[in-house]
Order: sequence, then structure tokens, then C-alpha cells
Amino acid sequence: MCGTCGCGTGKNGPIILKPGEEKLEHSHDEHTHEHSHEGHTHTHENEHHHHNDHSHSHDHSHEHKHKVLTIERDILQNNQLLAARNRGYFEAKNIFALNMVSSPGSGKTSILERTLIDLKHEISFYVIEGDQQTMNDANRIDALNIPVVQINTGKGCHLESDMVFEAVRKLEIKDNSILMIENVGNLVCPSMFDLGESKRVVIISTTEGEDKPIKYPDMFHTSDICIINKIDLLPYVKIDVQKLKNYALQVNPNLQFFEVSATTGEGMEAWYGWLKAQSKKVKG
Amino acid sequence: MHELSIALGIVKIAEDETKKANAKQVIKIELEIGTLAGVEFESLNFVWNSAIKDTVLEFAKKEIDIIKGIGKCIDCDTEFDMDNIYDCCPKCGSNFKGILKGKELRVKTLEVI
Repeated sequence: MCGTCGCGTGKNGPIILKPGEEKLEHSHDEHTHEHSHEGHTHTHENEHHHHNDHSHSHDHSHEHKHKVLTIERDILQNNQLLAARNRGYFEAKNIFALNMVSSPGSGKTSILERTLIDLKHEISFYVIEGDQQTMNDANRIDALNIPVVQINTGKGCHLESDMVFEAVRKLEIKDNSILMIENVGNLVCPSMFDLGESKRVVIISTTEGEDKPIKYPDMFHTSDICIINKIDLLPYVKIDVQKLKNYALQVNPNLQFFEVSATTGEGMEAWYGWLKAQSKKVKG
Repeated sequence: MHELSIALGIVKIAEDETKKANAKQVIKIELEIGTLAGVEFESLNFVWNSAIKDTVLEFAKKEIDIIKGIGKCIDCDTEFDMDNIYDCCPKCGSNFKGILKGKELRVKTLEVI
């Protein structure tokens, strides 16, 4: 079964493209899986068929030898291995990588755009966009002349480290850069999948409930930074920002906050200060 | 629905290990999953049958050892049961804790033929 689209054929992977590249056909009839996965092999088709030789005749069950294998292997091991590989690559090239996570509509792309516009003359940026469908976000970033790769996960609800691995190869990132990875808008699933990032940034907006951190604790637990966006709307929405912070700190006492408005630019300076300090640390 | 990725991760491990052991089929798989691991057991069961179809796990019995969460307070060293990842120390109220148990997500054993 295909983990990306759940289509049951086991052959359909995520689509990873730069803006302007021709879109590959997503055909379920002739899944050929031609794109290469350097870090691992994707041979669903063979795997799915090599057991067909085995006939399930239980008449001779006395001939079978039962054997208990002690495995003790982490289920997400494959993702973690490739995440470690990504992390090693980033460290070797002095790349500071951010994994930006949030619910859909909290303003990830808007924060990204504003940050790129304001800092692109000081910092060399690269972007990986994750969405189920469309090149829209990559096109928004491309319009700012920032190198970007879009990952379309199909029915997949999160990015995994092998997708980032492949996207990073396509990006050909220069040393001493910042890589922004915008994850699929989803406050649940991406929390379990390490991409090899240096820091994880969770974004929440003032139009969301203040108890969101305890409703979706895993994401806040695994993040390092919490950006509270849309503070320009505070006069119009009923939210107690301090209460929101307290809930978030209850889940993760080490969280560091930035209160911003990507629309008006308010509060963005503090976020930029942190970014610049981090990128210098990486260079140092 | 990241449980599908989890299920496929389990299938991959089972396929690899069964091949390594020169076995043909798994008849029982034992998993260890913590209550704080972020896995919804109902969702995992929901996707299980589609994930194992045409794999070595197709006819395997699945057993899950559910491991309850235990935390240790960093401030006062109290060990306590955790139902949620945001539970604070019942003795001193601190939110700083280490999670000792409950994050497990492992394939423990495979019984193969």
C-alpha cells in the first residue's frame, strides 16, 4: 500500500519539483516510480510480489519451524536515519535549517515571505515548501527570487526526511545559508517526523484558541520556537495571549516566543534578530 | 493519519527481518507502543489491514504492549504517572520533567515460519 496517497498500489510517491518544471503525471494505472530516492530504495512493486510464490497450504504445518526473532527496532528508524543524514549534511555545510509547522492558515507562508523580503540581502535563503497539492506556495517564494522546491505529498499529511533529502539535492544549497522548510499545514502528524532540522518552529495565530497547545501537545512539545502571528488582530479577537503562552509552557517549558504580525511587520525585528544570531552561530 | 506511515514502517521492518532470517511469513508480531508516543491505536488498527496486504505480515497476529507514561520531575526528582505529555509534577507543580516511559514505538519480536 502506498503511504503517500493510500491508493493501495504501493507505487505512488511524493512529487518534488522546482517552479517551472513540468509536472509529472500522477497515474495510478502505470505507477513506475521513476524518480530516484538516493537514501533508500523504493521497490514496492517487487516487495509486493515476491511473496506470491508462497502458497498458504497449511496441510504440512508440521514441517514449518517456528522461530521467534527479537527485533527491538524503532518503527520510525528509517525516518530517523535519513534525518540524521540530512542533519550531518546541514552541519557540514553550515546550513541552519528550520522546520516550520502549524495548522493550515496560521500564516506560515506569509511569515516566510515577509522574512525573505526583509532579510534576503543579508542572508542567503533557500526554501522547501510542503503541501498536499499545488505549486502555489513555491510560486510565491519564486517570485521573490529565492531558490525553492515544492514537495507535493498527495494524500500524505506530513513531510518525511527522505522527501527533504531529495528536495535538498535539487536545491544545491550553498554553504552558510538558512534553509526554511515549510511543512504541510497540520498540527498533529508532522510532530513525529524529524527532518534533520536545526530548530523546529511552531506557529499559532491569534484567531486560534488559546488552549491549542494542550489540545495538540505533541507539536508544542517537540518545538523550540513558538511564533504567535496576527497580533494586529488582537483588538478584534477574544484571546488571552498570556494564557496561550502559559498553556504552551506547560507542555514545553523551554519554548521561546515571538509575537508578530506578518501583515504589519510588528514584532518581526525580534524574530529577525534571533534568525541572524542563529545564522552567525552556525557560521562561527 | 500518520498511523499509515507507522504501519508501513512496521511492514518494512518485518519484511527486512523475515528476509534476513530466511523465513517466509510472520505468524505473530509483538509491538511496544507508549501512550505518549502520539499513536492513535484506533487509527493504527484502521489502516493495519490495508498496510499488511500482500506482505509477510498478511496473516500475522498483532499484539501490542501498551506502555503507560512515567515522568520524573527535574526539580524535585518525583516519579509520577503521566496521562498527557503536559502533566506537571503532582508534588511540586513543575513543568520540567523527563519522560522515562511512554514514548516507545518499537517492533519487539517477530514469530516467523
